[in-house]
Amino acid sequence: MALNYQYIQTKLTEKFGDAVGNFEESYGMLCFESPKEQNLKVLQYLYDEPSLGFQFLTDLCAVNYPDNIGRELAVVYHLHNLQENIRIRYKVFTAIENTDVFTATKLFSSADWMERETFDFYGINFVGHPNLKRILNVDEMDYFPLRKEYPLEDQTRIDKDDQMFGRN
Amino acid sequence: MSRPVRFNIHPIEAKINESIAAIEAPEGYSGDGFFTSKLSDVVGLARKNSLWPLPFATSCCGIEFMATMGSHYDLARFGSERVGFSPRQCDLLMVMGTIAKKMGPVLRQVYLQMAEPRWVIAVGACASSGGIFDTYSVLQGIDQVIPVDVYVPGCPPRPEAILDGFMKIQDLVGAESIRRRNSDQYKALLNGYGIE
Repeated sequence: MALNYQYIQTKLTEKFGDAVGNFEESYGMLCFESPKEQNLKVLQYLYDEPSLGFQFLTDLCAVNYPDNIGRELAVVYHLHNLQENIRIRYKVFTAIENTDVFTATKLFSSADWMERETFDFYGINFVGHPNLKRILNVDEMDYFPLRKEYPLEDQTRIDKDDQMFGRN
Repeated sequence: MSRPVRFNIHPIEAKINESIAAIEAPEGYSGDGFFTSKLSDVVGLARKNSLWPLPFATSCCGIEFMATMGSHYDLARFGSERVGFSPRQCDLLMVMGTIAKKMGPVLRQVYLQMAEPRWVIAVGACASSGGIFDTYSVLQGIDQVIPVDVYVPGCPPRPEAILDGFMKIQDLVGAESIRRRNSDQYKALLNGYGIE
């Protein structure tokens, strides 16, 4: 039988009950979330269950929602079942004060650099990561530049007159 | 039937002297078998007409530089046909393109490996000021890490502009005093960049 989103949702709800929720199909792709403590259990289940078989991690990144109090940062996993050619997205949310999220490197080796990049730009602390340090930005950088609280422009610069650049 | 090809049986002699650009001799006194001038003028003349550029090309300005090196614009006319890719052999560092902050130490090391006397030209908006990349990851002008002699504006500048910048460098090189590199002012400039 061909794998479909209805079946995936049923299997996940059977296994995890109310812990997984917010199922939606935005842009035609299934998306759901769970508490961040559960992320490894969910990923492991999606990997091991023969009828699901999401054994490829396409992408791992984060999103910052500054107005979402207590759930400011989302870690997004893009998973792919290569045999059925079906993709899903899986999100866990975390508060910005405590960004501990369990690492997926034990399950997917490709998560290593993607988690380093996510740490580099959003400051997600991946617990258990073998080498969690900056990967793209300079080592001396002392903040996480893609969080919305930091302006895009380089703040060390003094010779640019904001008015001349059309901003206040 | 006569052949349609005609041979030029009365060729005009090419006036070679009119098509050669010769460098003017420096100011001085000359007489039978001698010529006196200032040593700094002679050294400047030699230096400015045999600059060895080191291209440090990271983006689109580098493409314009390739056109500048090509036969149409021909940087070799200025005595710079020898583009070196070892900083130890070169006199002129040409920085063309966006320099990310992570590349700053690399650029600085290339500059430090060049022997004195050395000159730097920043080609394009990115190398001069960060350009449109007013962002956390881009160095806002290479003059934050190394001293720059000539800035060429443009995004990217046309080959003519690069040539103009190069000729400005030639003017600087030709007019430079032999003692400049030992002066306290120059040492203070380098110390300002943390260079011994």
